[in-house]
Amino acid sequence: MKVTVDASVCIGAGMCALTAPAVFDQDEDDGTVVLLDGTPPPGLHAAVRQAGRLCPSGAITVLDTGDPGDR
Amino acid sequence: MAESHPEAITFPSGRPGPFDPPASLGALREECPVTPMVYPDGRTGWLVTGYAAVRSVLADPRFSARRELLSVPVPSPLAQEMRRPAEPGMFIRMDPPDHTRYRRLLTAQFTVRRMRQLEPRVREITAECLAAMEKAGPPQDLVREFALPIPSLVICELLGVPYADREEFQRATAVLVNLEATADDLHAAIARVGVFFTELIARKRAEPADDLLGGLVESGELTDEELANIGFLLLAAGHETTANMLGLGTFALLQNPEQLAALRADPALADNAVEELLRYLSIIHIGPVRAALADVELEGRLIRAGDVVTVSVPAANRDPARFTDPERLDVTRDATGHVTFGHGVHQCLGQQLARVEMRIALPMLFDRFPGLRLAVPAAEVPMRDTMSIYGVRALPISW
Repeated sequence: MKVTVDASVCIGAGMCALTAPAVFDQDEDDGTVVLLDGTPPPGLHAAVRQAGRLCPSGAITVLDTGDPGDR
Repeated sequence: MAESHPEAITFPSGRPGPFDPPASLGALREECPVTPMVYPDGRTGWLVTGYAAVRSVLADPRFSARRELLSVPVPSPLAQEMRRPAEPGMFIRMDPPDHTRYRRLLTAQFTVRRMRQLEPRVREITAECLAAMEKAGPPQDLVREFALPIPSLVICELLGVPYADREEFQRATAVLVNLEATADDLHAAIARVGVFFTELIARKRAEPADDLLGGLVESGELTDEELANIGFLLLAAGHETTANMLGLGTFALLQNPEQLAALRADPALADNAVEELLRYLSIIHIGPVRAALADVELEGRLIRAGDVVTVSVPAANRDPARFTDPERLDVTRDATGHVTFGHGVHQCLGQQLARVEMRIALPMLFDRFPGLRLAVPAAEVPMRDTMSIYGVRALPISW
């Protein structure tokens, strides 16, 4: 799994930091998404996918790369 | 289905029970999730009731939130005069990039981390309200003693609004969300709110303060008019919404004792229960409203540029295509993905604050008063049927 974020469209709703806090955080100064781990381990994939679905502004892209955790 | 041409409807109202949206919304969602609707000003537009379609409208930049393009789905004496561009700072009725500029100034103040830092203070405020309620003795009105003061105190402290001023503000906003208010009442309330915030911002300019509005003043990026309007938006949003979730949420748990028992038995369910109450109760029962900027096809229907579209939060949150057995309150379900805070770029700025307040206040209430019960028959609880944010007007309780 490969995760990318686009802070320029982020509206700082915080759903990613709430849903997958090991992978996403929010910037101290403007609240926009900060990616902590662009290739999260398999155990976090479900939460990361959920964060991608919940993001209200389409700032998160989750790519399945065919590694074992991507099912 | 795409070949049928159903009659245009008017916005559904009339609830079958205190926790359920109008029954016709469910029928519409099944038969015609994108339905032609006649607005009270005579314009024709649409009502969107399906979960997928609601999310699609709210996330699509071809649907505008600009106030001058919208119509109100329910009769309002100010409907015509509100069709002008939103005042500077009123960013919920703007599109990007105007909306983005204002929102970016605020997002850092409402992050998950910032809101969690407020938890000890929310706990203190809740404990004080519960102690005062216990001291006064039963029966009490849970709205007056608990549901309203907790979010009011929290948002007043966060913004830097003297709590003593809240009654003046609360009186005015109660008029603004009352769908039965007259034009004169509404104009008077708008004027009072204007004076309230003009004076508040002047005080912040005179005496720098370490609070949210003080910080915005310090930033030097906003005019007094923008500051006053942003202050109004945040204070209003912090009052009515969470207060109604706490009041109506308590009522719903008392009426579903097996759900309350499950929550009590497992405090780790609190986060889940909060999401489920947000989904099940869907207190935003009118709108959001958008206007199409281009021709858009939605669920096989052509929405033309200029058409007004109202999405129904309660209908989307009870869509069986998204939530299993949606008419049932189930605090153990995963209710994330509900649209109670909206979706798209306007999704609620204060949602993480609302979560913190509910997650702390509801369990503390039931811990402090294990025998909490209604002090009147459920049918006598006065509901906010004529307010744009749904809930209970009062919740008489005993213990």
